[in-house]
Amino acid sequence: MQNPYLPYPVRIEEVITETEDKNLKTFKFVFLNPEDEEKFAYRSGQFAELSVTGKGEIPIGIASSPTEKGFVKFTVNKVGLVSSFLHSMKSGDIMGIRGPMGNWYPWETMEEGKNVVIIGGGFAFTTLRSSVIYMLDPANRPKFKDIHVIYGARTPGMLLYRDELAEWEKRDDINMHITVDAADDPDWKYNVGFVPTITEQKAPPADADTYAIICGPPIMIKFTQPVLDNLGYKHDHIIMSLENRMKCGIGMCGRCNIGKEFVCKDGPVFTLSELSATPREY
Amino acid sequence: MKVIKIDKKDWPGGLEKLSGNYRLFGPVKDKDSHDFRELPKGKLPDFDFQNTRLPAKSLVYPQSEAMFEYTLDESQPDHHVMKAVKKDYSPRAVFGIRPCDAKAFVLVRKNFDTPEYKDPYWIQAYEASTFVGLACDDPHGTCFCTSAGCGPFHEEGLDVLLADAGDHFLAKGLTEKGQNLLKAAGWTAETEADIEAMKKAAEGKISSSVSTDKLEAKETTALYDAPFWEEQAFACLNCGTCTYSCPTCWCFDIQDENHKKSGIRMRNWDSCMFPLFTLHGTGHNPRGTKMHRLRQRFMHKLKYYVDKYGAGIQCVGCGRCVRLCPVNIDIRKICELMNDYDSGADTCAA
Amino acid sequence: MSGYTDKIREISERLLKEGTAEMVIGFKNGTMPMMNEPCFIRKPEDAGKLVWDSNCGINLSNYLTDRKEKIAIVAKGCDSRNIVTHIVENKITREQLHIIGVPCHGMIDRHKTASMFDTEILSVTEQDGKILVKTKDSEKTLEKADVLQKNCAVCTHRNPVIHDELAGNPVEEQRDVDRYADVRGIEAMSPQEKLNYFDGLFADCIRCYACRNACPLCYCPTCFVDESRPQWVGKSTDATDVKTFHFLRAYHCAGRCTDCGACERACPVGINMRVLTKKLEKDCLDNFGWEAGLTPDQRPPLDTFKTDDPEEFIK
Repeated sequence: MQNPYLPYPVRIEEVITETEDKNLKTFKFVFLNPEDEEKFAYRSGQFAELSVTGKGEIPIGIASSPTEKGFVKFTVNKVGLVSSFLHSMKSGDIMGIRGPMGNWYPWETMEEGKNVVIIGGGFAFTTLRSSVIYMLDPANRPKFKDIHVIYGARTPGMLLYRDELAEWEKRDDINMHITVDAADDPDWKYNVGFVPTITEQKAPPADADTYAIICGPPIMIKFTQPVLDNLGYKHDHIIMSLENRMKCGIGMCGRCNIGKEFVCKDGPVFTLSELSATPREY
Repeated sequence: MKVIKIDKKDWPGGLEKLSGNYRLFGPVKDKDSHDFRELPKGKLPDFDFQNTRLPAKSLVYPQSEAMFEYTLDESQPDHHVMKAVKKDYSPRAVFGIRPCDAKAFVLVRKNFDTPEYKDPYWIQAYEASTFVGLACDDPHGTCFCTSAGCGPFHEEGLDVLLADAGDHFLAKGLTEKGQNLLKAAGWTAETEADIEAMKKAAEGKISSSVSTDKLEAKETTALYDAPFWEEQAFACLNCGTCTYSCPTCWCFDIQDENHKKSGIRMRNWDSCMFPLFTLHGTGHNPRGTKMHRLRQRFMHKLKYYVDKYGAGIQCVGCGRCVRLCPVNIDIRKICELMNDYDSGADTCAA
Repeated sequence: MSGYTDKIREISERLLKEGTAEMVIGFKNGTMPMMNEPCFIRKPEDAGKLVWDSNCGINLSNYLTDRKEKIAIVAKGCDSRNIVTHIVENKITREQLHIIGVPCHGMIDRHKTASMFDTEILSVTEQDGKILVKTKDSEKTLEKADVLQKNCAVCTHRNPVIHDELAGNPVEEQRDVDRYADVRGIEAMSPQEKLNYFDGLFADCIRCYACRNACPLCYCPTCFVDESRPQWVGKSTDATDVKTFHFLRAYHCAGRCTDCGACERACPVGINMRVLTKKLEKDCLDNFGWEAGLTPDQRPPLDTFKTDDPEEFIK
């Protein structure tokens, strides 16, 4: 019987500090056993449990896209015991990854020529990066119609993946709307304003073929949702990714249970209409 | 299926034979209560009890269990890599488990044995066990098994059902494992006697019940927002007594514990009653109040599980939580409140 | 004690009608013999729900911490001393409280009573100091002294030390009770004997924390066993971790514990952890002449430093 609690051993290949406050780092992992990478086949929206031996495990969204081979990337916020220790680790260190876990963004539906509007805030953009790279891959791009990305952070220095954001900005097959709450940089070329405001200005109107994926802090979601309602987005076309305290990640320890769902197994991706039928315990 | 008659004078000899192939477990009296222990050679299980204080779940699912071990010593070749821990899943026979506890394993299995993931520790321990149940002829006043999906002679989850008939047991070998055990013990004398009358008599003695017929139809968010939770949760201490004594509770925590340069990843029972259970790293706690947590326990037991698996409530009516709760929170009372709740009408708390 | 029930109901109804209290914390009838359920009422017409008898062993002051309302609370002797401690420790203000004092005749130990009978107890009633126990196949009358909770048997503060009104007449305090016979027995053991004793005492602990949660003194927002940075105590049933939890918790209660017995009453596996708190209570009495919760005008000894503090105990 395969033991779902056993992590695949990985080595840290690269650590990049993403934000100016140094609280977010992107880790690039390589599987010690190449066949584990095949077993780890994942889709954008899923997460994995990063296992730091001797400290514990944390559930983190997968930031790399399945189209990127040879490694997996996670962007981790320094919050508690395990993430703080992880932040002190270096290239060459050995740890573990369990996964992929959870469900993914509804690619099967969206790949039928749909418009995709991605709305992200702060450091919740990780699985959205995975999604953007997946969609822009030449093999996949034709499956989608228009792609809009609205992504905001507090300041320019707090945006993730700035180099990649700039690259995507230059492309004509994706509409980037990058924004910051406040810019202290006089050369700031992009928008200034909260994500809900920019969403109101730039998001395409709703129709049966347009899906919105939102990922962000609760406050951002709270104010963005009415904007989408006003634009006419139906609740089953608004897709969200939840967070909850997790341990096993496979729907057994009971911790992330909300209603009859496990966030780790029946989620973390839910539509807003599914969430409305569930107690607000997240 | 034929019923086997086991003369009580043949009982110790049979156990002796079994001890060659099985590890034996059974209720043992410790001060004023009975609990399941491994039986050393020659020790008989003590059947003079209504139910064990704590359920049999710890035999399959220990409260603290090592999952992996590892070394942090970087001079070792496999440092920081999780390694399997040696386990003993040799055959075990559990004697004297009541039908409620056995049914509980069937309910819990739905959690640990799913199409997508299988918990190797729970499943291997469960499948290595042969459950020789002891039917109840003297239920406790807090037992409500007959309205909770099982009963004093219920057979689900058991491999053998024993009924105490005075100077002998009447045994039904319900599964292949059970029949193998009866043969291995040399308990093979068939009899025409049947236990139906005993079963009816025992069921007639159950004096407590719950109503669950309307739970499934209730709207989840309406039940969740019901006004009676505040009052019901007041006395609750948010300790782990109900969850740890419950045979159908299964939540656990995974932790690494180090000692110098090595350590184990282990799991321990955990409880939705504890505030730490749902605490986010940011400090946000979706179940930050006592009321949230108490509501979660009963919603999970009596509503969410019902909706998720369509197999009835996640409760077997063993009554342990009722007997052991320090402040007398009573699941039977809360089940009635939930079952009767009408979000349309103007209800007052019972 | 039925006289108490009527008086408590009358007082509660009056307090709620007058607006002196917004809620009354007391007990209502339980669903099991020898059990009552802590409850609250906010409306005068609900006063009939409240009861008082010898099954009110849980310490109601546990439900006071950090509440904001004006509360009337039913408190026996030990409970009232915990209320004093709460006031001293700023968990509630005196002005918020209207204390309905109950001079106490002692509480029934339900585990002890159950162990005296082979069959299930169906009902337990009290009449004139006698306890009538009915089981499935027998009826027996016991002396109350035979079924008292252990802490009640040696209680020296049966009358509330603080109250706004009393639900009954004061009772005579017990004299010449030896509170520490069991503690002295353990003190006399050799270190190995003590270790064996404590291993045996805590062998059944399932880390449910009923003792901690029933204790009015344990109100830390994050208990030391739940801290993770750093982690002080392991969370498994390892014998050392279990002892650490119990010993450290007892120390946190030193100089504050009123021996209300809620911890032992709450424990589902019958652990007598009061031997730890009694030892520390004895030490506080011997070293500082201190008894917890007698007056709101004094802080506990482990809170304060006096120049004439004895140093014998740390030599």
